[in-house]
Amino acid sequence: MGLLDLQLDKENVVVTNLEGLLNWARLNSAWQMGFGLACCAIEMMATSASHYDFDRFGVIPRNSPRQADIIIVSGTVTLKMAIRIKRLYEQMPDPKYVISMGSCSNCGGPYWEHGYHVLKGVDRVVPVDVYVPGCPPRPEALLEGLIKLQEKIRNESLVKKEIA
Amino acid sequence: MRSTQDILTILSNSFSPSVLAKTELSKSSTIELLPATLNKVCFFLRDTDTLEYDNLILLTAVDEADGEKVTAEDGSISFNNGTISVYYQLESLKYKHKVNLKVVLDRNNPKISTVSDVWASANWHEREAFDLIGVTFENHPDLRRILMPYDWEAGHPLRKDYKDPEFYQGMKVPY
Repeated sequence: MGLLDLQLDKENVVVTNLEGLLNWARLNSAWQMGFGLACCAIEMMATSASHYDFDRFGVIPRNSPRQADIIIVSGTVTLKMAIRIKRLYEQMPDPKYVISMGSCSNCGGPYWEHGYHVLKGVDRVVPVDVYVPGCPPRPEALLEGLIKLQEKIRNESLVKKEIA
Repeated sequence: MRSTQDILTILSNSFSPSVLAKTELSKSSTIELLPATLNKVCFFLRDTDTLEYDNLILLTAVDEADGEKVTAEDGSISFNNGTISVYYQLESLKYKHKVNLKVVLDRNNPKISTVSDVWASANWHEREAFDLIGVTFENHPDLRRILMPYDWEAGHPLRKDYKDPEFYQGMKVPY
């Protein structure tokens, strides 16, 4: 029996604030847009599979941007794809978060100099919350990236404007 | 199995000398053809019973950058004239022999007839050569860019004097 269940069992009441409740709900159900671009997507799929089990963090792949909370940009963003990514991001409902996974989507990676068709970092078209380094990052690294994002969501506030 | 020399001999016997460019097999293993008759020779290679080149392994283009090199004041280079070569690598699945073909085109106006009517697989190869080098394949059924965006205006990236544009649709392109 979990701690929360135990508390409910004894007193039937949990006291919290609205912010805490909203953040708790959001960070534990970060539904992901089912979307992969390159070799990083293979690691992302491995993270979703049983061995690493992304689902234990509440990350479920959704097939529509309308139902997604986070988008993991996993792979090389070509100029052609960048326009599509921007549109997909705009189709997601707020609040929405972006994880940039791997060197390519962080900064262009191996294509930084001669990649005439590659956007040098997905942060040129959408705002990125967490950068996960690696080429490609191991599933553990992506999990840590998600935990970082959860920390960020946990500290969000309805009223206070965040000062970076 | 036939060697490239055998193929060259067969072609020389079947076509007039005006079809084949001068080929020295001691220098390279590639038979050079003239652009105007390429299509005819390709059909011949495919349909002749003893040759049967039914598989186009590869089609690619190379900017030879052999023209006069001009360096502008800002350090950017460009080429006057020069040539672009298109390479074809053929294989016969029945006879297991291969041959390399080449045509040399004018760099200022590289035009060649398509071979997608000879080998259907040439379709996308020719689109790639058009996209990256800028070779125009005449009578191609669908000559669009294949890798770069359709509205790409900065030219053909594998040309030796290509320069990255500063922006594409509001996105900064250089690092």
